[in-house]
Amino acid sequence: MKRFGITRVVGGLLAAGLMAAGLSSAWADQTKVGFVYVGPVGDHGWTYRHDIGRQAVENALGDKVKTTFVESVKEGPDAERVIQQLAASGHKLIFTTSFGFMNPTVKVAKRNPGVMFEHATGYKRGKNVSTYMARFYEGRYVAGVIAGKMSKTNTVGYVGSFPIPEVVRGINSFLLGAHSVNPDIKIKVVWVNSWYDPGKEGDAAKALIDQGADIITQHTDSPAPLQVAQNRGVLGFGQASDMAAFAKNAQLTSIIDNWDSYYVARAKAVVDGSWKSADTWGGFNTGMVEMAPFTNMPADVAKLAQETVDAISSGKLHPFTGPIKNQKGEVVIKAGEVADDGMLLGMNFYIEGVEDKLPN
Amino acid sequence: MIRLEPRKQHSEAMIYLTPVLALVLTMITGMIIFAFLGKDPLVALYTYFVLPLSTTYGLTELVVKATPLVMIGIGLAMGFRANVWNIGAEGQFTMGALAGGGLALAFHDSENALLLPTMIVFGALGGMAWAAIPAWLKTRFNANEILTSLMLTYVALLFLSYLVHGPWRDPAGYNFPESRIFPDAGTMPTLVEGSRMHFGAILALLAVVGGWLILAKALIGFQLRVVGVAPVAARYVGFKEKRLIWFVLLLGGGLAGVAGVSEVSGPIGQLIPTISPGYGFTAIIVAFLGRLHPVGVLFAGLVMALTYLGGETAQIEIGLPAAVAGIFQGIILFFLLACDVLNLYRIRIGWRVRHGGAA
Repeated sequence: MKRFGITRVVGGLLAAGLMAAGLSSAWADQTKVGFVYVGPVGDHGWTYRHDIGRQAVENALGDKVKTTFVESVKEGPDAERVIQQLAASGHKLIFTTSFGFMNPTVKVAKRNPGVMFEHATGYKRGKNVSTYMARFYEGRYVAGVIAGKMSKTNTVGYVGSFPIPEVVRGINSFLLGAHSVNPDIKIKVVWVNSWYDPGKEGDAAKALIDQGADIITQHTDSPAPLQVAQNRGVLGFGQASDMAAFAKNAQLTSIIDNWDSYYVARAKAVVDGSWKSADTWGGFNTGMVEMAPFTNMPADVAKLAQETVDAISSGKLHPFTGPIKNQKGEVVIKAGEVADDGMLLGMNFYIEGVEDKLPN
Repeated sequence: MIRLEPRKQHSEAMIYLTPVLALVLTMITGMIIFAFLGKDPLVALYTYFVLPLSTTYGLTELVVKATPLVMIGIGLAMGFRANVWNIGAEGQFTMGALAGGGLALAFHDSENALLLPTMIVFGALGGMAWAAIPAWLKTRFNANEILTSLMLTYVALLFLSYLVHGPWRDPAGYNFPESRIFPDAGTMPTLVEGSRMHFGAILALLAVVGGWLILAKALIGFQLRVVGVAPVAARYVGFKEKRLIWFVLLLGGGLAGVAGVSEVSGPIGQLIPTISPGYGFTAIIVAFLGRLHPVGVLFAGLVMALTYLGGETAQIEIGLPAAVAGIFQGIILFFLLACDVLNLYRIRIGWRVRHGGAA
């Protein structure tokens, strides 16, 4: 009996192997598109929105594509193996959706010249490596305008992930928006050194509220800070997706990442052979950044917020318009000038009014 | 009522068979979980445990993943045998990576062939220095090394974070928190063309052999076995307990440090904010799964590495969630501990109290 069982298991394994081989040849005329995520697809933030983008590709291109994703991939040596495995298993287009995947992506791309790569938020490109990012700072500016109108303590609590230019730019943009309507606003920052750690994010929000913040915002991926805001009776913003379901009475709005049309366009380009390496940085005007409905605020604030969105979208308003001073009071952007993309990409200074110090 | 009663005699052979039994039970449980997830259990099992090893690249990646686990696991196993509970290998790993990696950054345009060997020595010293703190606190103040070594881990991780966000940031890296890429002279040579399997794997094998020699042949190995099994007897015959504590902590720290520098100069090639997906902690499971024996640790490291690779393959090929890998690791440990308990104890049902049952 026992022996029979073992034979069956071995036979089954062999059959399974053959089956897997058979299945993959059946998919040969489909373009396989792979996605590498830094968090779980259920984070309701960053990774969740990328996965919505993946589903949009499947919906738009149907049988022409087959998508695969690997979630919770650690930034570090594991990432290179995952990306290489996707390349080796016949994926023709691979999206790597976190900054820490940059060097692994570039390394794998060199080894697999026939595979196209799309790396989010990085700066290294190649023949088969594109980069793409969204101008989230435009949304942060709008959130700042709302915070400037809604805060009574003039203190905003900001839960940060890592002090990289992307996050620093968001903090500055938020404060510039707030200062445009209320010059007394101050920002306090707590770094949690993680993109996704609901426990730490929530604790950081509590600490910030205890220090007098009555508006909470975050550059981390879970709804935890917003939930803390709701429980403590203060207001906050969602991150990456509409998080109203988690905090109906606290969410003012949310900066929504919308990768759908970009992902569909890039996948389509690979299917019809027109893909080329590019650097894409889209904002409100391309639909990559959207705002969730303006809630829990008076009608005039909602109206102002919408006008701000429209002004940025049409190009009338640039969030980083001088005069802008750094924390030492030195003018970094002169009156009437706007920051160029180079300065925005490498931003490593705080503007006046941020109560935090950046590591040097 | 259910009671556990110590067995008067337990099987020695079972001590070495239980990891295998635990693995088999894990696979059976895994098949049940796969079935509940709506996947064909056999296909899933094949994808998880066989497919990752079906290519040369897969095999080399298994070694890449197992290298730090084995290296750290050997050091920890020696300590655990002597009842020294170093939980902070993650921190020692990090400090080793910083000491060795720092050297690579200081000589980032060097072509000197001595750079890599010196980095490895620095890595060992960095890990040892970090392990020396709990050793000193324990021998001088009798401070619990579980707490001190664990807390120092967080200090080390934050120190790494500080360095890559600040002074050691790549000057040409747009302020992103990553160091320069190490020079070729500071990078581990690979053993198979086109793979990431690097010289660190040889160091891990040397650690296995060295660990075995120490335990089987050296006086200090004999002493630490005795201290673990019969501490009173060890004191009675005059073993210097403090010296043993220093020895196992420095050894464990040194090996973790070498693992750290191997990792940053091998598959990573630079310093980044997260250089370890928890190797220092996973190596604790590896040490126990390997029965605290160097050869056992080698196999346990490979098995544990396979659970990571399998988890990735299962996501790519059949869309299983990432959590499955973690669940597998948990189940292995659960069955291992359960098998051990049932080997050492028997289950008694009922209220009857037996006299003289103590072992």
